[in-house]
Amino acid sequence: MSDETNPNAKNGKNGKSTGLLERVKAGVKEDIDSLKAELPAKMKEQVELLSKPTKTQVYTSIFRHKHDDTPRNRALGVLSNVFLHLHPAKINRDAVRYSYTWGMGGITFYLFIVLTFTGVLLMFYYHPSKVQAFRDVLYLEHDVPFGRLLRNMHRWAAHLMVIAVELHMFRVFLTGSYKKPREFNWNVGVILLVLTLLLSFTGYLLPDDQLGFWAVTVGTNMARATPLLGHEGPFGAQLGMTPYNDVRFGLLGGSIVDANALLRSYIWHCIGIPIIASVFMIVHFWRVRKDGGISGPAQVMLDSEVKEARK
Amino acid sequence: MDWKQLWEIVSAPDNVPIVALIPLLAFYIYLAWKQAHANDRLIAELETNPALAKTHHRKAWPFQPGWQKELHVWPFLLRMEFLAAIIVTIILMVWSITLNAPLEEPANPNLTMNPAKAPWYFLGLQEMLVYFDPWIAGVVMPTLIIFGLMMIPYIDTNPLGCGYYTWKQRKFAISTYLFGFIVLWVTMIFIGTFIRGPGWQWFWPGQTWDHNRLIYEVNRDLPDIFGITSNWVKGIFGAIVVGGFYVAGGFLVTAIFRRHNAKDFKRMSLMQYSILMFFLLTMLALPIKMMIRHLFHIKYVWITPWFNV
Repeated sequence: MSDETNPNAKNGKNGKSTGLLERVKAGVKEDIDSLKAELPAKMKEQVELLSKPTKTQVYTSIFRHKHDDTPRNRALGVLSNVFLHLHPAKINRDAVRYSYTWGMGGITFYLFIVLTFTGVLLMFYYHPSKVQAFRDVLYLEHDVPFGRLLRNMHRWAAHLMVIAVELHMFRVFLTGSYKKPREFNWNVGVILLVLTLLLSFTGYLLPDDQLGFWAVTVGTNMARATPLLGHEGPFGAQLGMTPYNDVRFGLLGGSIVDANALLRSYIWHCIGIPIIASVFMIVHFWRVRKDGGISGPAQVMLDSEVKEARK
Repeated sequence: MDWKQLWEIVSAPDNVPIVALIPLLAFYIYLAWKQAHANDRLIAELETNPALAKTHHRKAWPFQPGWQKELHVWPFLLRMEFLAAIIVTIILMVWSITLNAPLEEPANPNLTMNPAKAPWYFLGLQEMLVYFDPWIAGVVMPTLIIFGLMMIPYIDTNPLGCGYYTWKQRKFAISTYLFGFIVLWVTMIFIGTFIRGPGWQWFWPGQTWDHNRLIYEVNRDLPDIFGITSNWVKGIFGAIVVGGFYVAGGFLVTAIFRRHNAKDFKRMSLMQYSILMFFLLTMLALPIKMMIRHLFHIKYVWITPWFNV
């Protein structure tokens, strides 16, 4: 390349043109000098930054407030967390006592989560068909790693959930917590009790063994006798009910407990009722807060202080 | 005494929850009673001492001026919740490792299980089938239980005892609930699980389940005892007996209720009171029907061409 065509020809120092190589050398030297001068400081700065991970942008983008033990941060820890925000920031000092709540509402919810978790895992190994269902349970019990433990946990958690729901209701009654202003939430709770029993009952048929088959046969045979809507119930025949169009037929998808009943049971158990129950749970928890939080332990009220409502 | 038979029933994996339910219930009733007793003593003290009632913090638990009235949920409540979750998980793990979920033979419509039992929480309803026709035991009663429970907040007009355990302020409400929950629901489940054997026959705990046992019981209907043969008269007679039970029972309960629960009686509207009476008498009808069946072998009280009660 000649000097005439070199666009950098006039840029050289002292009017001399410098070769490309020299300029690259000079640039590299300049970079190295700059690194030598600045890198130690940058590294020191970086180490300092990393030694305080809570100051990093990643951290602050996830956690929106500090965690020093101050009352404000304790409150924010609950209020700014989506999983905890159904709690208030502060509660009645006696409400944390186990003897008041028995923890049964929370345990019920926890068991629902356990059941969802184990249930989803079980669904990976289960086909709701007459050919496969029973074999799948055998396969789970004998071949799937931890399959037996999984099935056991699902079953025992289901039983435990029924007990926990009943005890929760018992506690709510004994503490009079259904009284004004919590009447509506008691009703939501009653519906959740029914849904819990239905969840458990629909799951009973799924192993497709003798136990489930006959339990569901006994259970759904009662539906034959539904007044007006069952073919054996009072006034059922007069309304044109037969084994092929009554309410039991609708439940089983047939006149006997068979493949359709298994599929219906499966869909109600795994999809239908869990969704309905979740909606009611959302309302239930929301109303606990909106109705003034946990009912107590409240100050005792004396008979002489009752103000009779004007009619 | 057939201990093997008894052990077979008690240790059946699906019966374990019921076996566990009984000590659990006993424990929680004790826990509730202990607190109710402490609160009742405090209430009695404050009722007699109005000066103290003005200054007292009004809980049976200790409190001193200067103590915080409220605690932070984080960590004081959340640590309890976390602990509860861990304990429940441990219980479940141990239970699941030691005890296997039952699995019988593949479903076979041609081979009836004997006894064919519903899941344990429905055994109370199944037990009712002995005393009532399926449309009452399986459909009407469950519906009434659900609606009865839903009615509770609207018919309980007693403003006392909201948010604390007490017995003396809510004797009627608590005894009614205990009757419904413990006597009707739990006892019926207990009978269905531990007493009923093959053919849904009555076997005392420890009695051997005899699959060939036959019991010759001649069950009569109430109209038969009075020698009524005409279907029309049977229908009218039954309606009078059942209606009479509700009218006479209602009158009797009212006589007691207005004397011993005067304030609630005054507070309640006619509709609230009627609903309460209806559910109360229907609850009482169950043990009465059980009794006349076991003691007098009476099957139906009210016979019509369409339904029998």
